[in-house]
Amino acid sequence: MPTDNLIERLGSEVRAVPRGLAARRLILGAGAGVVVAAVLMPLWIGVRPDLAQAVGTAAFWIKLAYTLGIAAATFWLLERLARPGARTLNQVIVGLAPPVAVLVLAAAELAGAEAAERPHLIMGASSHLCPWRIVALALPVLIGALWALRGLAPTRPTLTGAVAGLCAGGAGAFVYAFHCDERAMPFLALWYSGGIVISGVIGAVAGRRLLRW
Amino acid sequence: MAPLGDLEPRLKDLMLAGLAGDNAAHTKLLRELAAALRRYYARRLGGGAADVEDLVQDTLIAVHTRRGTYQSDMPFTAWAYAIAHYKLVDLYRRQGRRPTVPLESAGALFAPDDHEAWTAAGDLDHVLATLEPKAAAVIRHTHIEGLSTKETAALTGQSESAVKVGVHRGLKKLIARFGGRSDHADR
Repeated sequence: MPTDNLIERLGSEVRAVPRGLAARRLILGAGAGVVVAAVLMPLWIGVRPDLAQAVGTAAFWIKLAYTLGIAAATFWLLERLARPGARTLNQVIVGLAPPVAVLVLAAAELAGAEAAERPHLIMGASSHLCPWRIVALALPVLIGALWALRGLAPTRPTLTGAVAGLCAGGAGAFVYAFHCDERAMPFLALWYSGGIVISGVIGAVAGRRLLRW
Repeated sequence: MAPLGDLEPRLKDLMLAGLAGDNAAHTKLLRELAAALRRYYARRLGGGAADVEDLVQDTLIAVHTRRGTYQSDMPFTAWAYAIAHYKLVDLYRRQGRRPTVPLESAGALFAPDDHEAWTAAGDLDHVLATLEPKAAAVIRHTHIEGLSTKETAALTGQSESAVKVGVHRGLKKLIARFGGRSDHADR
């Protein structure tokens, strides 16, 4: 078809487009995934039985703040990556804040602990399960985010997929934190982050293949 | 890159009108983009007409169907350029070429066509490089930059007659080297 005819045809089917499409679509996709994860988690591994006492501890809230911080910052970055030519520097800087803060907390706790206690602060009792369960809970969020991104216009598919994976990892870890009874900051810094990073790698691989347009 | 200054507000207005449902504005925008894209891709792909037109159409469809990803918080030209660049990289990838396209400023998409002037300047440099530097310099001053013999003499520290002789001999050499008809045949 000649280009002029194509333009005529595209121009004749114009409808008003709602504002903030990228944010809306991502909230819809990723949000649906979070709902799925939040419903599955109690059925699958259960909410921690001591939740009523845990809400009185700092560790419980730090875990929620860390995971929510990562999910929120990477979501903000994702919304930019979904729009061609949008600047992303501020979002990247904000995204670095949660991991840096948790690393500082973990280092402080390790430095203040007896040498004999340190292995337990790092390994906890559930390090062999934690990252994989986070990845599993992240998957529905990642699927929802990738669905949303396929209708948007990410010009860096692999990077966008990776950030979608990190965001899903953050959300999955947030849900997981209602099950997990680990209290140590080094555990959080290593195993929660590990699950989130694995989710990011899965997102990168998926994005490379699925986010072409 | 100068035209970007008034191009940005004009195209942005057309885009925002199109997003609000204005058919005519959207059609006008797509026409302007088609012309810019055609020039941009022709420069990058070396003018293979079918390839260029396919890519122009592919990009226009992407601009149209994904126009909801444009928001007024950013320059329209940056958005359009990012899509044009992405489509070029994607073509290279599909052709199995390494997709290394330098990311330029948005002005690259809307630059006027300066391809011919650029290659001509390159050719001229090559031709002049075959002369001694002194002769090349006086020819450059008098015949390309448009200086007078007097100004050239002052600039190069030679007498006016030396400049005249230098230009004359240099041009004669160039004519002998590049002007002959026999020379054209084997090029």
